[in-house]
Amino acid sequence: MNAQYTATPREGIAYYPGCSLHGTSREFDESLRAIAPVLGLRIKEIDDWSCCGASSGHMTDHLLGVALPARNLALAEAEGFDRVVAPCAACYNRLAISQHEIAADPGLAERMPDILGRPFRNSVEVVNANQLLRDAADAIKEKTAATGKPNPLVGVKLAAYYGCLLVRPAAVAAGEDSENPSSIDDVIRACGAEAVDWNMKVECCGASLSFSRTASVVRLGRAIVSDARAHGAEAIVVACPLCHSNLDLRQKAMTARGQEPLPVIFITQLVGLALGLPAGQLGLDRHFVPTAPLLARLSERALAREADEARKKAEAAAKAAARAEKVAAAPRGGEPE
Amino acid sequence: MNGTSRTLASEIAASAGANAAACYQCGKCSAGCPMAADSDLRPHNLMRLVMQNRRAEALSDPTIWYCLTCETCSERCPNGCDPARVIDALREMSLAAGISQTPKNIKAFHRAFLEQVRTNGRVHEMGLVMEYKLRSGDLMKDATNAAPMFSRGKLSLRAHRIKGIDEMKRIFEACGTGS
Repeated sequence: MNAQYTATPREGIAYYPGCSLHGTSREFDESLRAIAPVLGLRIKEIDDWSCCGASSGHMTDHLLGVALPARNLALAEAEGFDRVVAPCAACYNRLAISQHEIAADPGLAERMPDILGRPFRNSVEVVNANQLLRDAADAIKEKTAATGKPNPLVGVKLAAYYGCLLVRPAAVAAGEDSENPSSIDDVIRACGAEAVDWNMKVECCGASLSFSRTASVVRLGRAIVSDARAHGAEAIVVACPLCHSNLDLRQKAMTARGQEPLPVIFITQLVGLALGLPAGQLGLDRHFVPTAPLLARLSERALAREADEARKKAEAAAKAAARAEKVAAAPRGGEPE
Repeated sequence: MNGTSRTLASEIAASAGANAAACYQCGKCSAGCPMAADSDLRPHNLMRLVMQNRRAEALSDPTIWYCLTCETCSERCPNGCDPARVIDALREMSLAAGISQTPKNIKAFHRAFLEQVRTNGRVHEMGLVMEYKLRSGDLMKDATNAAPMFSRGKLSLRAHRIKGIDEMKRIFEACGTGS
């Protein structure tokens, strides 16, 4: 049945939101949809997509862990796409592993259409939001400059947090150094902000045991938030709904009394702020750790920077005018050295 | 040495492609393991049990259920032994053997999750939490988070069922996890 199967090729990128982006992390979905058209990224949600099974699927049965993501790869393929973006790190990890394992095992590839009950050539490439946005870095810079407004992100120190699912195993790391990845850092810099060097970039936050071993999860999260703070970060930038829920929702338990909590924002929300989109459209009001104090601080600094630049410009102009006057008034031969 | 019958290490090598027998106990896996601090047996201890063919101990130890599958051990193993796959395999074998020491709440979570996927095609988080609570008996845990989640638009009351639900049933059956 596979042999006669061909879909009409389609422009743009298939979009696999996954369950979290339709639920507890809907701001990841909202902010992606808000920035995509500005950056010229044409994304189209896969019709009738199903859960990738992360992480109960592969933790219980290996084949199920491969087959559940494969159904979605087959759907994207049938719609004619050759690339799918899976912003959720857990979904990305499972889709990429499924794609890889089937590609590496001809026997498995042959069984797949029968298991799925649909044609499947395994022809779709899987990318995550970091890769998509890092590749769009020039567009981010260009569109940020084109807003005509002061960029609130200039100079703000941010910690790029990758966790485990985006960089491990090596098969899914997509060219990243799994001990020192850089895609989120690159996007932070493209937005005009500063990416801090810190220790916990690729440590696991423990989210997969968030319900069942909460005490362990709080211990792991506390280490991440404290290290980001110690290295001067004013917020943590993530690309994983599980990391986000964990560090945002449980941060109260991870922070000492009286200490200001550290906002945790999605990479897509960060890009949206650089592009001058309103916080509400980016879902920045949906977080447990309020982002409003940080945003207020950033716009205050942007205004101060703007005023400072205007003052410097005025001073320089005044100086130049004074010099011109002096030259005009001076006797022939100019000023003494 | 047990050279005639199938050993735990050879079974895992055959089913998961992970070579526990090559482990030289350097402990790098355990040094980076985020759950090592909470576990009695750390990854290199589990690898040792597998090498020594101590099946009953390896399959019944609760530590195999503490693993976050963060893959740090496998990424860093200098000899390519893939402890994360070995632990995955131990979990599958433990379930298949019906060994009862699987922590009830973790098993309850996976069961509740997969039941949602099988019957709706997607995970409805509110439904998942309710089902997990019923299965684990842990009724009040995190209950105080529900209202603020709801007010932030993060919880919906209605589950979405995909159109291709028959395909989901087919996949679960084909993978031998149909019930």
